[in-house]
Amino acid sequence: MEMLKKFSGSSLFLPVVALTVLLIFNTLFVDGFLTIQMTEDGHLYGRLIDILNRSCSLIILALGMTFVIATSGIDISVGAVVAISAAVVCTMIGGRGDGVAQMPMTLAVLAAVGVGVLCGMWNGLLVAKFKIQAVVATLILMTAGRGIAQLMTEGQIITVYYKPFEYIAGFLPNMPVPTNIFIALAMVLLVAVLMKKTSIGLFVQSVGINPTAARYAGINVTMVIFLVYAFSGLCAGVSGLIESSLIRAADANNAGLNMEMDAILAVALGGTLLSGGKFYVGGSVIGAITIQTLTTTMYALGVSADQLPVVKAIAVIIICLIQSKKAQEMFDKWKASRHSAQKNDHKAVLGKAVKQL
Amino acid sequence: MMNKINSMIASKYFSFFVTVALFVILYGAGMAMYKGFMRPQVFLNLFIDNAALIIVTIGITFTLIIAGIDLSVGAVLALVCMVLAWLLANTGIPVGLAVLLVLVMGTVFGALQGYIITKFDLQPFIITLAGMFFCRGLTAVISQDTIQIVNPTWVALASYRIDLGVGFVSIGAVIALIMIAIAAVILGFTKFGRAVFAIGGSESSAALMGLPVFRTKVTVYAISGFCASMGGLAYSLIMLTGYNLHGLGMEMDAIASSVIGGTLLTGGVGFIPGALVGVLIQGVILTFISFQGTLSAWWTKIVVGALLCVFIIMQALITEQKSKLSSKRSMETPSEPPKPAMQN
Repeated sequence: MEMLKKFSGSSLFLPVVALTVLLIFNTLFVDGFLTIQMTEDGHLYGRLIDILNRSCSLIILALGMTFVIATSGIDISVGAVVAISAAVVCTMIGGRGDGVAQMPMTLAVLAAVGVGVLCGMWNGLLVAKFKIQAVVATLILMTAGRGIAQLMTEGQIITVYYKPFEYIAGFLPNMPVPTNIFIALAMVLLVAVLMKKTSIGLFVQSVGINPTAARYAGINVTMVIFLVYAFSGLCAGVSGLIESSLIRAADANNAGLNMEMDAILAVALGGTLLSGGKFYVGGSVIGAITIQTLTTTMYALGVSADQLPVVKAIAVIIICLIQSKKAQEMFDKWKASRHSAQKNDHKAVLGKAVKQL
Repeated sequence: MMNKINSMIASKYFSFFVTVALFVILYGAGMAMYKGFMRPQVFLNLFIDNAALIIVTIGITFTLIIAGIDLSVGAVLALVCMVLAWLLANTGIPVGLAVLLVLVMGTVFGALQGYIITKFDLQPFIITLAGMFFCRGLTAVISQDTIQIVNPTWVALASYRIDLGVGFVSIGAVIALIMIAIAAVILGFTKFGRAVFAIGGSESSAALMGLPVFRTKVTVYAISGFCASMGGLAYSLIMLTGYNLHGLGMEMDAIASSVIGGTLLTGGVGFIPGALVGVLIQGVILTFISFQGTLSAWWTKIVVGALLCVFIIMQALITEQKSKLSSKRSMETPSEPPKPAMQN
């Protein structure tokens, strides 16, 4: 009982409960949801693996977004940066039908991630140095980004036939799970180690709670904010690699479309306040998996990709209301007034009884 | 001399003057490069093609002035187009009633967003971002395919041309210009307009002054919703369809126009005629690209993004300059009074 109380108060409560509810729902209504099979060439195969596979890029995006939101900022350009990164890697490897890469893949991958970091640094420069609000600063790249990606691909969808490129989001030989799960795991571990072993987390948190106080405490606020956006760009760059490898193509219009919303939703679901401050990396990871499960469930129920945003929008509003201090105050007031009303009722009943006596 | 330049930069309308100058230069360059730019109809076409964007920008400008933002306008526009097309295709209701219904729908949706934002003290961008996704999704729920509008009244309205002697304009353009005039009057000369500016300057001060902050904020978001749905009608008059991807990214174009036209993103400063010129600049860039012929349309997005960036950075620098000026003044003021005393 004590443990249950402790758990219900913890930040992981909401995402874990949401995920559990979704998983139970899926087990009941989707046939063969829990079955995991092994294919002949030694790959694991099943809906659960599929969800994990698909949620990797979202987990990585949510990692970057967690830090940005912790500094009370926001990065709505990540979807566009995913498109740019996908365009870079695909144009560099090239859509040659004979399956030969135009440039070495390592170079292309590095370039894609590097472009992501550059985009993030640009956002960071605007927010940290020029003190522009984060929404507006990242809005610039959100719009211009897809235009840039389209210029790179010349408006075409570039399909890559180079075999090793599939390994990023596919199976390496003799590996039971897809490679991108390892990539996501590595990034999460890297962040976890950084949080545990360095004081970066503390810096980010203090900037989010009160930047002025943080500056007086000797923290280089401008640098912290700049790095946070650069890291978000790096995450978007890696995500772009995975997204393009999943479909083996760069689609400037649709790569990473609406992903900024999913990433924000994952972070909010994970218990990090959208107003900044305390943040929960683990919560964001579980939040990302929950969002992907929700998406897969909706697809299984026959909701189309265009209609899905309705469900997610309602989820965002509900989470915002739960997080809102004002809503909580109102709820407390309402509870208190009901409580006192009940008390008054008791008193009235008691008074009547006394009178009758 | 330096002082004069400084005070000019600090002037409320500096951004506006820069924008007008930019527009004149762009248009002049167009006239020099292409003969077609000389025709008056090309100028009038700027209003015809951008009628929807002009109307949407008016609403966005209101929300930006109170230091808020409305990212849902493009999606509301698409929803309005879709609902109107659906109503005209599947029900027998008259056009007037259908128009009224979609206008009420958009306005109520805007007011609802404003209510949630103000009542629960939530960030406007996250709520309107959710609103954007909600409306886009809802549009797809109604229909995932394009719905054509074949209603004869609406088609007649769409093809109606008002002759001006040197050229013609469409009904949408006229509505846009009327709304610009109304909005400019509301913001400049009414109690409500002054309350909007006061809230943008400082919300807590406005509340302490006894201004109706809650009511004004909800009204502003309702106005934005109304403008978005009105823009939807203008858009529908051009496209004559309802489609899920109508007005994709329009919120960004509208915000860019407003900012280019001199609206401060930190709130408290905004100028409706400036917003109009902001839209026209985007229109000129598009015209350039269509006259040039070989450039792709994506360049518009990149150029607009770059322009937005330049103007935002300029704003940041101006604000810094202003605060420097005011701190200088406040340092100078105390030392001034003794002077006359010495002269006496």
